[in-house]
Amino acid sequence: MANLVAILATTHHPFYYKTSQLPPDQAPPFAAEWVRKVAAYRETLTRANPDVLVMVGSDHFHQLWLDNMPQFLIGKAPFYDANWYNEEREFGLPRLLLKGHEELSAYLLREGIDRGFDLAFSNELRVDHSITCPIFTVRPQNDLPIVPIYTNIFAPPLPRPERFVKLGQTIRELIDAWPSDLRVAVIGTGHLSLELGGPRQFGPHGPDPEFDAQAVEWIANGDIDGCLANVTLDSLHAPGNATHGFMDFMLMMGIAGYRKADYADNLDLFHTMEAYFTWYPNGVDSL
Amino acid sequence: MSRYLLNKFLFTIDRDPELVEKYRDDPAGTVAWWEAEQANRVLNCTAGEASTWLAFEDAERQALTGHDHVALFGLGAHPFLTLTLWIAMFERDHTEPLAMQLDYAAKLAHLTLPYPDIAT
Repeated sequence: MANLVAILATTHHPFYYKTSQLPPDQAPPFAAEWVRKVAAYRETLTRANPDVLVMVGSDHFHQLWLDNMPQFLIGKAPFYDANWYNEEREFGLPRLLLKGHEELSAYLLREGIDRGFDLAFSNELRVDHSITCPIFTVRPQNDLPIVPIYTNIFAPPLPRPERFVKLGQTIRELIDAWPSDLRVAVIGTGHLSLELGGPRQFGPHGPDPEFDAQAVEWIANGDIDGCLANVTLDSLHAPGNATHGFMDFMLMMGIAGYRKADYADNLDLFHTMEAYFTWYPNGVDSL
Repeated sequence: MSRYLLNKFLFTIDRDPELVEKYRDDPAGTVAWWEAEQANRVLNCTAGEASTWLAFEDAERQALTGHDHVALFGLGAHPFLTLTLWIAMFERDHTEPLAMQLDYAAKLAHLTLPYPDIAT
């Protein structure tokens, strides 16, 4: 069976790439610590030595649109072009070409559908910064094939938090049962409290530091039940109008299961809190 | 209410560099042209397969024509789409980093939860 060697759940901050490229005399004061934390986080993936990456993110109205909006979608293609004109324009993100792992895509689609998730698929998917930010941060050499999984955290009606957790648990079962000798890592990105296009945006911290602190505790402790008891589609409006992206963290908690993260770090930035978690399903000693 | 159409306008303008400039420079002309020529286009279909029923309501047309992001927020336009396009059009008019985004937020400061519904 395949070996699930690492599970990474992190925020995706589209300004990291540009910030990390700035010479020290032009970089903002928080840049050095941010780069240092990301480098440490990158090592948590590197040491797991994966062969293939399953990547969970959310399209930001790039390819997926309101005339035909899937709730959960898996890419199945030999390649994925990446990043869009408005991401180049706003964030300075370069375009990328990622390799796909079609066999694992096909397996997850077939088995996922058979287990009760009517997954959409795409044979030509241009992924966006929800997938490429973690490439820039934890796998900048972009040398591994990926399976992109998109969730709808953006265009209501959304699936409920329980559904995200359940999909995560299902993905975990499927990867554990995949007849392959490859080493698989799953990397998912979401948000803590976040406001975009509303009155609380771009403040000195995330819009709800209390929520962020609680969310970090839930994730770091693998407290799926505590999280589910406190998070609903309605409740996520209060911490910030884009906080439904937290449900991608909940999906990742479903993949990791009821266990503490082996690595947890965060960084309070303007606008948002950055957070970095890694689990090693076989234990740290297995690495 | 045609939130979907508001979003479709913001979405299709934002992804086209020429339309971003056109909307910045001539909002009334761009909105009129778009509603007449583009509003009914099904995005992944040929022109002959267009829809026949999509039109703005007066308040929506007015909000777009006035570059009025506060009104758009009130109408339930998707805040991410509005913000992204506004950054593309107006960040260049500010000298300090994030000044545009903070001004944008300040103009919405009178709003409290719950925000207008954005479901389409």
